[in-house]
Amino acid sequence: MIKVTYIEDNGTSRDIDVEEGTNLMDAAVDNLVPGIDGDCGGVSACATCHVHVDAAWQDKLEPMNETEDSMLDLTDSRDDSSRLACQITATAALDGLVLRTPTGQH
Amino acid sequence: MSETTVIIGGGQAGAQTVMSLRREGFEGKIVLIADEPELPYQRPPLSKAYLAGEMAKDRLFIKPAAFYDKLDAELLLGVAVESIDTQKQQLTLKDGSTQSYDQLVFATGGRVRRLTCSGADHPAVHYLRTLGDVEAMQARFSAGTRLAVVGGGYIGLETAAIAAKHGLQVTVLEAQATPLVRVACPEVGQFFQSIHQQAGVSIHCDTLLESIEDEGEGVAALITNTGERILAELVVVGIGLLPNVELAASAGIACDNGITVDEHCRTSVANIYAAGDCTNHPNPIYQRRMRLESVHNAIEQGKTVAANICGKNTPYAQVPWFWSDQYDVKLQTVGINMGYDQTVIRGQPDSRSFAVFYLQAGRLLAVDAINRPAEFVVAKKIITQGLAVSVDRLQDETINAKELVEA
Repeated sequence: MIKVTYIEDNGTSRDIDVEEGTNLMDAAVDNLVPGIDGDCGGVSACATCHVHVDAAWQDKLEPMNETEDSMLDLTDSRDDSSRLACQITATAALDGLVLRTPTGQH
Repeated sequence: MSETTVIIGGGQAGAQTVMSLRREGFEGKIVLIADEPELPYQRPPLSKAYLAGEMAKDRLFIKPAAFYDKLDAELLLGVAVESIDTQKQQLTLKDGSTQSYDQLVFATGGRVRRLTCSGADHPAVHYLRTLGDVEAMQARFSAGTRLAVVGGGYIGLETAAIAAKHGLQVTVLEAQATPLVRVACPEVGQFFQSIHQQAGVSIHCDTLLESIEDEGEGVAALITNTGERILAELVVVGIGLLPNVELAASAGIACDNGITVDEHCRTSVANIYAAGDCTNHPNPIYQRRMRLESVHNAIEQGKTVAANICGKNTPYAQVPWFWSDQYDVKLQTVGINMGYDQTVIRGQPDSRSFAVFYLQAGRLLAVDAINRPAEFVVAKKIITQGLAVSVDRLQDETINAKELVEA
């Protein structure tokens, strides 16, 4: 288990214990984190699990592929910290990760 | 007095309506009634990872049970609705109980079209729509099994792809000259035909199934109009979906290839709405009515219904989109290509990365993007905003896909 913190646009913060190997969209849905829908089930087809990754953690993530990169262009508030939560898999190296859900995704 | 919204159907549209009602501020009682015994689940993995046992059942559920408790939504699962009295605004369930409503939502989806030929009731014959359908065939889904897929549409081809990956011997029967002929241009059909053939799948086009005979020991023989006799331990039929309209029609609600709704997802009867695969709805972007079978449409119509129940007066105006995963190929389709008079292909199909733009009188109607997510994204923008495109630029790979929006 690792700890992942999801912070909503209104500042509400939730610490979730996530089993290693689980993607962070599934973890959010299972734990009722608002603002992460995962409409396509985690195949990077819908961009409804957009999150902003805190700067300290961005270099620790696997780089994004072309599909994820393109799908993020569908979101309103993309910036350098943007990722799809379904494409981030929980690993020991990510223990303590902080994600913020974007304003438009609620 | 508190209002009650009742939703009939526990698929993607039904679940979304529950969630969106609370998100829109609905404070009354919410009751979702579904004839399947499971929590609302995602159907797309059924013909892909879940069929092959690559995905845990819990992962299929759209939300965990606790989610509905938190929303204070009551789920009545495993019970069908018998009849509706639209005057009294009351449902009678198959178990004899009654349920009153102030607003009623049809999210009844569809059911598979079934074979009618002789031998169609052979025990090897299966369909693919529900979790129960998949569980019924999983025991036969193993390496070495001969699988015959009837119908070269998305369901059939996705099933063929996951089966080939798991070592089944796969034959696909397709009535038309190429697969996917109802939804895509011949080049796209030919591309999918070729990637299946490369994976060892045998695709028989221009071939009609005439009858099924019993070979004994659970084996079916598929007899075709071309004189072939194809043996299979497992037959998966994917020949289309029929909208579940009978309950609505019997209640006097207008239906025509689906439950007829207006731009607010309202049916012809007051306080009754419909969402998802079961609806025949107007699309303002294409300026015609359509019935769609897609996750995106189910979700967005669920949101529209919820907003309108909450008095928001929100019209439904979405560009449809779809996806299909087969082997290493991700197809993303945006728009509806019906009525196209020109196709423009960007990239080379042989490279397994290309996009087909469908135009009508120079206007972009739809795109099939095959391992081309950037083209999918830019096309969605072009169609949604009604922007102009030029054929020369679409074909020109030296122009970055993001720059295809005309300045």
